[in-house]
Amino acid sequence: MRVTMTVNGEPATADDVWEGESLLFVLRERLALPGSKNACEQGECGSCTVLLDDVPVCACLVAAGQAEGRQVVTVEGLARGELHPVQQAFIDAGAVQCGFCTPGLIVQAYDLLRRADGVPADPDIREALAGNLCRCTGYQKILDAVRLAASRMAGDAA
Amino acid sequence: MEFLQPRSLAEAVKAKAEFPGAVPIAGGTDVMVEINFDVRRPQALLDLTRVPELTAWELADGMVRLGAGVTYAQVIAELGGLLPGLAMAARTVGSPQIRNRGTVGGNLGAASPAGDCHPVLLAAGAAVQAASVRGSRLIPAAEFFLGPKRSALEADELITAVLIPPARGPQQFAKIGTRNAMVIAVCAFALELRAAERSVGTGIGSAGPTPLRAPDAEAFLAGALAEAGLWESAAPLPDGVSQRFGELAAAAARPIDDVRGTAAYRRHALGVLARRTVAWAWDSYRQGDRMPRCG
Repeated sequence: MRVTMTVNGEPATADDVWEGESLLFVLRERLALPGSKNACEQGECGSCTVLLDDVPVCACLVAAGQAEGRQVVTVEGLARGELHPVQQAFIDAGAVQCGFCTPGLIVQAYDLLRRADGVPADPDIREALAGNLCRCTGYQKILDAVRLAASRMAGDAA
Repeated sequence: MEFLQPRSLAEAVKAKAEFPGAVPIAGGTDVMVEINFDVRRPQALLDLTRVPELTAWELADGMVRLGAGVTYAQVIAELGGLLPGLAMAARTVGSPQIRNRGTVGGNLGAASPAGDCHPVLLAAGAAVQAASVRGSRLIPAAEFFLGPKRSALEADELITAVLIPPARGPQQFAKIGTRNAMVIAVCAFALELRAAERSVGTGIGSAGPTPLRAPDAEAFLAGALAEAGLWESAAPLPDGVSQRFGELAAAAARPIDDVRGTAAYRRHALGVLARRTVAWAWDSYRQGDRMPRCG
C-alpha cells in the first residue's frame, strides 16, 4: 500500500509498504531517515521515539498505515540550520557515547523542555526519560545535558 | 494482510464482521510487538484510531463511559478525580511514550492476566461494552476474562467502551515490579471502599490465569468495618484487620512460577499490597474521602 504523511514539515510518500510494517521501518528504510534507531522493536528502549501529531511515541509500535495523513517529526527535524539546544547540550555535556539511544532521548527531552517552565526537577526529568534506555552513560551525563539545555533555553527565552 | 481503516463505529463493526480474523489495533503497544517479532500474522489489521466514537469519555447516567480508545495519558490527565484507582494504575503503565499510545480498550482486548487496568476495573465493578453488527452488549468485568489472553469477546465484536462507576470512596492501586517504569506487573492489587453501600471491591492482577477478585477479603473487611461501627466513627482500624484482609486477599490468588516471580513470592507480596492499600485507603476515609464522586 501507499502511505503519505508529512515528515519534518515536508510531504513524504512511501510505496509498496507492507500492511504490518512499522512507521519506524518506513522512516528508516523507505524515506532515508535513519536518525530514529531500531533497537528493541517492542517499545522498551525508546530509541525510535518520534513525534506523531506532536505527541512522543515509539515509531516501532505505530503501524505505517496509522500514520497516513499525519505529521511526523524525527530527530532529523529538530535542527533548524544549527543544532537544536537539546542536541548541542548532549554534545557539550558528554551525554553521547555509542549514540544509539541519543536520537530517542533527544526527541523525548525536546518534548519535556518545550513544555517546561525553566529547569525541570530531577524526578520530572527521570520520569520523562523513563522509557529511554542507555547502556553506556549511566544516565548522569544525560541528566546534565537536559539541565544544560533547559537553562540555555530558559536564557534564550528571557 | 489487509489494512482496514474505518472512519466510524458502524464501518468498524461491519469490517470486523467481514474479517473476523482482523486484529483491532489502537496504540499498537501489544499488537505491533507481536507483528514485529513474527509471533502473529493476522488476516488483517483493523485500525481503530480514526473511529471518533472511541476516543472520548463522558459522565452519563452516573457512570463514566470511557471510550475504548482513550489513552492512559488521557486517563491520567483527565480522570484522576472521578476514577482515582484507574489513574493510579495508568501512571504505572510502561513509559510516557507507551502511555501516549496505549488504551484501556487495548488492555482489555489483550486480556493479559497482568494488564494493569484489570484489577481496578474488577474492584470498581466495571462493565465492558462490546459491539457488533448484531448489536451491543455489556459484559461485567468479572465475566470478561476467561483465561490467559482469552476474553468473552466474540470474533465479530469490538470493545467500544468501559462503563465505570465514579469512585464511591477511597480507591487504591499498588503493583510490584523490578523498577517503576517499563514493568510488567509481578503482581498487583486494587481496592475500593464504598462508603454509602458499606461494601468493598478488590482486584488481583498477575497472580492467576485471569485477573481475580478476592470475595472473601471483601466480605471480611466490609463485615469488620460494619461490626465495629467504623464506617460511621472513622476510627482507626482495629488490630489484626488489615493483616487478616491481606491473608484473605493472598488466599484468593492462583499464581504460578514464571520469569517474573515465583508463586510463593506473588502470594506473599499480594498480602503485603492488600495490607498497605487498605491502610492507605482507610487513612483517606478518615481524612474525609467518604462521598461518591459525581463529576
